[in-house]
Amino acid sequence: MTPRTVEVVRAGALTTVQDGGRAGLAHLGVPPSGALDQRALGLANRLLGNPPGAAALETTLNGVALRPDANCRVAVTGAPAAVSLDGHPAAWGAAVDVPAGARFEVGPASAGLRSYVAVGGGVGTELVLGSRSHDVLSGLGPAPLRDGDRLPLGDAPDSGPPAVDVAPQPAPPVALDLTLWDGPRRGRLANDGQATLRGGAWTVASASNRIGLRLEGPALALSSDEELRSEGIVTGAVQVPPDGRPVIFLRDHPTTGGYPVIGVIDPDDLSACAQARPGTPVRFHPRAVGWAAR
Amino acid sequence: MRVLPAGPHALLVELESQADVLGLHAEIEQRLEGEAGWPWPRPTDVVPAARTVLIDGLKDPAPVAAALPAWDVAPLTAPDGDTVCCPAIYDGPDLDEVADHWGLTRREAIELHTSTEFVVAFCGFAPGFAYLTGLPEDRGVPRRQTPRTEVPAGSVALAGEYSAVYPRRSPGGWQLIGHTELQLWAPERDPAALLTPGVRVRFEDVGG
Repeated sequence: MTPRTVEVVRAGALTTVQDGGRAGLAHLGVPPSGALDQRALGLANRLLGNPPGAAALETTLNGVALRPDANCRVAVTGAPAAVSLDGHPAAWGAAVDVPAGARFEVGPASAGLRSYVAVGGGVGTELVLGSRSHDVLSGLGPAPLRDGDRLPLGDAPDSGPPAVDVAPQPAPPVALDLTLWDGPRRGRLANDGQATLRGGAWTVASASNRIGLRLEGPALALSSDEELRSEGIVTGAVQVPPDGRPVIFLRDHPTTGGYPVIGVIDPDDLSACAQARPGTPVRFHPRAVGWAAR
Repeated sequence: MRVLPAGPHALLVELESQADVLGLHAEIEQRLEGEAGWPWPRPTDVVPAARTVLIDGLKDPAPVAAALPAWDVAPLTAPDGDTVCCPAIYDGPDLDEVADHWGLTRREAIELHTSTEFVVAFCGFAPGFAYLTGLPEDRGVPRRQTPRTEVPAGSVALAGEYSAVYPRRSPGGWQLIGHTELQLWAPERDPAALLTPGVRVRFEDVGG
């Protein structure tokens, strides 16, 4: 039996296949990758009865339009957007039945940045190192979608009704208030830098991407410019390059780096980071790691 | 050994030398293979680097951080793992410059590289990019002043105290001394990477 497919009618600015990612390969230099807003990916999949980490489409700012060649169910979560089926309004944040040949469109995000478009059975592109995610840093995984692409779908789940019908979703952030746990090089911040970290206000820079959020605002002063040898980096790490402008690493981050990591964003705050548009205000709320406190 | 926090679910262990890093990495791998050596939920990633080992994806790093300093870990310079033999043609555009830097002839520089027993210290920069240690301490090589925008896959390279083989075409600032046809990185193959931390590597001159 030939697999069901979906045609990409309008690819959008940057639409990629994303799933739970490829954790466990950092020692080979492979970034974790995967949906930046894992909460939204998990919800879209639950609405359809898919496993929470099944592959879906991650759009950027202006949505995507699709035309399946067989009947399927689709759910859109993450950044809120107008959803339509052959030009008629359809539900966002709920399962929608899409007949074969119909045009299913996700419009521009009305807030936030990334919408997730899951399909019953999941997107069935080839696995690369255990994941279907496109990694913008290393290029692993299927390339970003282009108009006219045809994506295979997995077998639709035949289990009972989905785990949820509709579910509340947090609104995309108007401002990022981020819990910042101690990082290994917190001590490299000069006294000035420590104060700036607590009281400073930054905004998300337009050069941000799936690798990291770059921040505009006050420079964080370091006490030493002594070179650091490359060391392992976690998702959410806040790195301070020599210019003092912090970078928050998201899931396509390099696995090692040589600039000091002064803190790590709480994993619960990463979905909000994924939805923060350029210009969004950012504040840090430092928090000590209990076992490391003296 | 210093154990540093890296957020709520990871810790970074700082060590004195690359041999200490290889030793601790091997010890953690061994403990994770057996049941008794790692009585806590398993980490998702263990990432060695130049002077550190990152242990990431721990449910609770506190007991691991408390236990680590009591481990008796010997430094490791020559792991007893596999040796990958890498046939190379020494025709790189920077070979003469590297030989000059070392005060050697082209031939002597090649012999230095082929007679060195390398060990994969860690991977980073790109998937499958392995940092190989083993060059004598006085044989460090500066990076190129201006990085190349494109280095071909398979390029055999030197920078700092390390040698490496570019796993894929990419930009790069290392000195290029040769190339190999051996495919060290193939995501569709199992294993995807031939060069993983702790593996030994020898280069063989197969050029004319």
